Amino acid sequence: MCSNHDNHDNHDNHDNHDNRRRHNHDHRQIGAAAEHYSAEQNTVPGQLFPLTLTVNGHLQQLSVRADERLLDVLRERLGLLGTKEGCGIGECGACTVIMDGKKVNSCMVLAAQAHNSSILTIEGVEEPDGTLHPLQEAFIEAGAVQCGFCIPGMVLSGYDLLARRPDPTEEEIKQAISGNLCRCTGYRQIIDAVKLAGRKMRNGGNDED
Amino acid sequence: MNPTKQVNQNTNQNPDQGKLLQTDASPEISFKAVNKSFARLDGYEKVTGRVAFGADISKYRQIYAVNVLSPLAHAKIMQIDLSQAMKVPGFTAAATAADVPGSNSMFGRFPVLAAEEVKFIGDGVAVIAAETREAAVLAASLVKVTYRELPAVLTVKEALAPEAPRVHPDLEDNHIEHSHHKMYSGNVETGFSQADIILERDYTTGFAYTGYIEPEAVAVYPDPGRNGIVIEGTIQNPYSVRENVAAALGVPMNHVRVIQTAIGGSFGGKDESVIVMAARCAVLAAKTRRPVKMVLSREESSRIGGKRHPYFSHYRIGATRDGTITAIEDTVYAQGGAYNKQAMFLNWRGSVHAAGPYRIPHVKTDIYGVYTHTLYGTAYRGFSAPQLVFAVESLIDELAEACRLDPLEFRLRNCLKPGDTIPSGQTLDPEKMPANLREILLAVTDKTGFKKKWQENRIRAIQPGHQNLKQLTPQQLSGIGLSATYRGAGLGGEGLDTGAAVLTLDRDGYLNIQSSSTEMGQGIRTAHAQIAAEVLGISMDRVSFSPTDTSITLDAGPTVASRGILSGGNAVKIAAEKIRARLASAAVEILGCTRNPHPSRNGGKEALEFSNDTVYLSACPENSISLTELAMECHRNRGIPLTAQGWFTPEPEKLDHATGQGNAYPTYLFGAAVAEITLDPGTGKISVKKITAAYELGRAVNPDIVIGQLTGSIMQGLGYGIMEEIDVRSGALQTLNFDEYMLPGVMDLPEVDILLYETDSNVGPYGAKGIGEIGIELIAPAIANAFFNATGRRIRELPLNFERALLGKALR
Ligand code: FES
Ligand code: FES
Repeated sequence: MCSNHDNHDNHDNHDNHDNRRRHNHDHRQIGAAAEHYSAEQNTVPGQLFPLTLTVNGHLQQLSVRADERLLDVLRERLGLLGTKEGCGIGECGACTVIMDGKKVNSCMVLAAQAHNSSILTIEGVEEPDGTLHPLQEAFIEAGAVQCGFCIPGMVLSGYDLLARRPDPTEEEIKQAISGNLCRCTGYRQIIDAVKLAGRKMRNGGNDED
Repeated sequence: MNPTKQVNQNTNQNPDQGKLLQTDASPEISFKAVNKSFARLDGYEKVTGRVAFGADISKYRQIYAVNVLSPLAHAKIMQIDLSQAMKVPGFTAAATAADVPGSNSMFGRFPVLAAEEVKFIGDGVAVIAAETREAAVLAASLVKVTYRELPAVLTVKEALAPEAPRVHPDLEDNHIEHSHHKMYSGNVETGFSQADIILERDYTTGFAYTGYIEPEAVAVYPDPGRNGIVIEGTIQNPYSVRENVAAALGVPMNHVRVIQTAIGGSFGGKDESVIVMAARCAVLAAKTRRPVKMVLSREESSRIGGKRHPYFSHYRIGATRDGTITAIEDTVYAQGGAYNKQAMFLNWRGSVHAAGPYRIPHVKTDIYGVYTHTLYGTAYRGFSAPQLVFAVESLIDELAEACRLDPLEFRLRNCLKPGDTIPSGQTLDPEKMPANLREILLAVTDKTGFKKKWQENRIRAIQPGHQNLKQLTPQQLSGIGLSATYRGAGLGGEGLDTGAAVLTLDRDGYLNIQSSSTEMGQGIRTAHAQIAAEVLGISMDRVSFSPTDTSITLDAGPTVASRGILSGGNAVKIAAEKIRARLASAAVEILGCTRNPHPSRNGGKEALEFSNDTVYLSACPENSISLTELAMECHRNRGIPLTAQGWFTPEPEKLDHATGQGNAYPTYLFGAAVAEITLDPGTGKISVKKITAAYELGRAVNPDIVIGQLTGSIMQGLGYGIMEEIDVRSGALQTLNFDEYMLPGVMDLPEVDILLYETDSNVGPYGAKGIGEIGIELIAPAIANAFFNATGRRIRELPLNFERALLGKALR
């Protein structure tokens, strides 16, 4: 299944709360649809542009507005509602997807930047017949799910990590999900789930890259 | 001696947790389904992303609604000019207060839309709908509202000043109605006259944001069947939404149908804000006859959503030289904000807990709620406890220090024990309430080596030169702190604690549950399924749930106060027992035995056993019938109804309003925690290294879920303690998104060691009391006490952020 991303070892330097504080005012312009239309603008930007991308292995050709984000394309144009919006400014990771083998916050990617790219969303993580990926099984078994809103993003962050590091340390797992906020679980069982998934995958429990 | 047992330890994933629980202190109790870590029933839909949250609901021909919010804390609305907004292509409709067909004053004085004046920054003035969200945002930004600014009261102090402007001019002053609660026992002056040491201290906590990752969302559409409307969304309390929206529309309640979608976290918060949103969208839906969708951005959620109430607590406490507390007197103000749906209940709970879990002969507590022109307070997890436990547990440490006792010794000397009487006059009946706080305090301190570490740190902290932080390393600035609490289970005297459920066993032997408790991620459905499975011997994968829908599920009040287990779980148990009795009446005939009419007189053995989807004779297990066959037989041939309602109504608990005397809660939970920290002297950053916490919870229905609830609560408590701060200078909220409002991330996760103590009590189902909240309240005070231990400095205001840790005050 969707294993079309490169192995890469370049660690993104993910945020924790210390540097979250510093760098974000410039992000606000890009995100938060409700905030970024200024009062001087008198018309809604309406012009459409062609967009081609592969999502979960399916080629899609669409027409989108210039200001649409990858998140909007996935949710509103393609109906892939598993990708969530929690903040719109790149802080919470609820909108995490994998783009050309790299983890991105889809609220921070303009649709045009995703042109000709290949995207994996939560809907593409399970087998086409609905069999769960070991990560998904592990999240259930480890009790890592509460409200579930952060979970698609968490699963994709775990997916990205395990593709690069099949046997990650606790510290590597923390790094990998440090851009994903969860208000319910306190993270402990999520870390355990990623560990458990690694074990399952190494033991041939399921297909791997 | 009470049969408490410690059941499991680390939150590190432990596949044996369920098994460990079987080593019960009362070995005669063995469970089939309860007390085991079954996987959540909603796990599959959540890990696949299939589950639908509020923002995922879309309807054909829907329009998008956006709020126009007040930029001023207090102002008269002179004029609302919609003309520019209406020119935006796609504009569909607008509503102001004049469009509200029914009552524009909902519970707690919340208006659907502000009519005469706005009372806080974020008050709704108008709501705009358009064909697309973008058009609605643009149109809303073009609404011109002319205000005449009025003087505002932004703090409790300003609100209580003589001649202060009144938030609600029909009231005499800014005190919130019915929010003053008292707890008077003994005579504090006598108590203070017996004291050798008296301390007087002030503690302050600010607003805190629930911070659920999913912002609020609702979809409201006309109901074709009955000229009413349907509301779907992220709604914690569907029946409150129904009642308020029906009043706003001026229609009977059954013309408003509320369906709960999955909720991406609530913690008490998705209450007032979603009521207001649903009411505004309902007005637009009624006006346009089209579906209306409103999804808040994070910034709007911050502006509109309720916050934990700030508390300003003044305490006076006295003790004899040997460390026995003689009296405590406290005056506490809760900042309620512009509107209020909570303070009368919040402060009631607060009055019971304000003196902490200690034996104190003379107590005088007064708690008040105060209106201000600011954000309003909501029912955020803990409901007065995070604020008051911070105050009391800091105070107790200060008093211990003054008595030259270490914090453990002092607490052991004064903590509540079985048979003691709490300030309300209620006795902790050892049969019903094990009150094992002493055991819990010893467990967390033994496990962490508290005494030794505390003394070493303390000696280091009083060395000369220790005040010059810059010369020290984080290791030299390590601290350990202790805190303890007790918490009333359920609503107690806050309101009637009913729970309701309807269970149906289908003829194929599969079970459906309609529960009045709402699932918000806390796992209540899985726990309810386990309770039903315990009674009926049915396997968990045979249990399904109806959605929470006011036209299907029963109105048994809101799912709050950690009461989904205690009252909701009891209701499920009652309904399951009714079905079991009906099945048994058929089974005895089919299996050819007589029903034992007095199982208790016959060695406690029932004639029939329900287990593994089978019913069999206890004396002769081969003589059995499958649940499927038995259910089919009841349906097809015997006309036995296999639908049953469970309605649990506890005795109402009551306190005398003048004194606070009476039975406050049916039972109490106990807890203690130890925090271990280090302080970075360069930045002022506190790193929490380890939290060790123990809770007495009656019974863990699902230990994995319990650990998840507690770990999540502990992390929220950590955020409240050191990170989360809402800046409301001049009434305007500065912290609008997660770049400025700091939620704890995984990098902030300390080692967490949780000890659960189970006890047998007869209040909740199988003894379970509910643990949704107690995890949060111990953490901030344990950290503050650890900070004192590390530095010798006491901080009496939350959060202990970088500035306060370095300078002792916030930089403003
Ligand atoms: S919605 Fe994209 S990071 Fe929060
Ligand atoms: S499970 Fe609710 S936010 Fe993570």
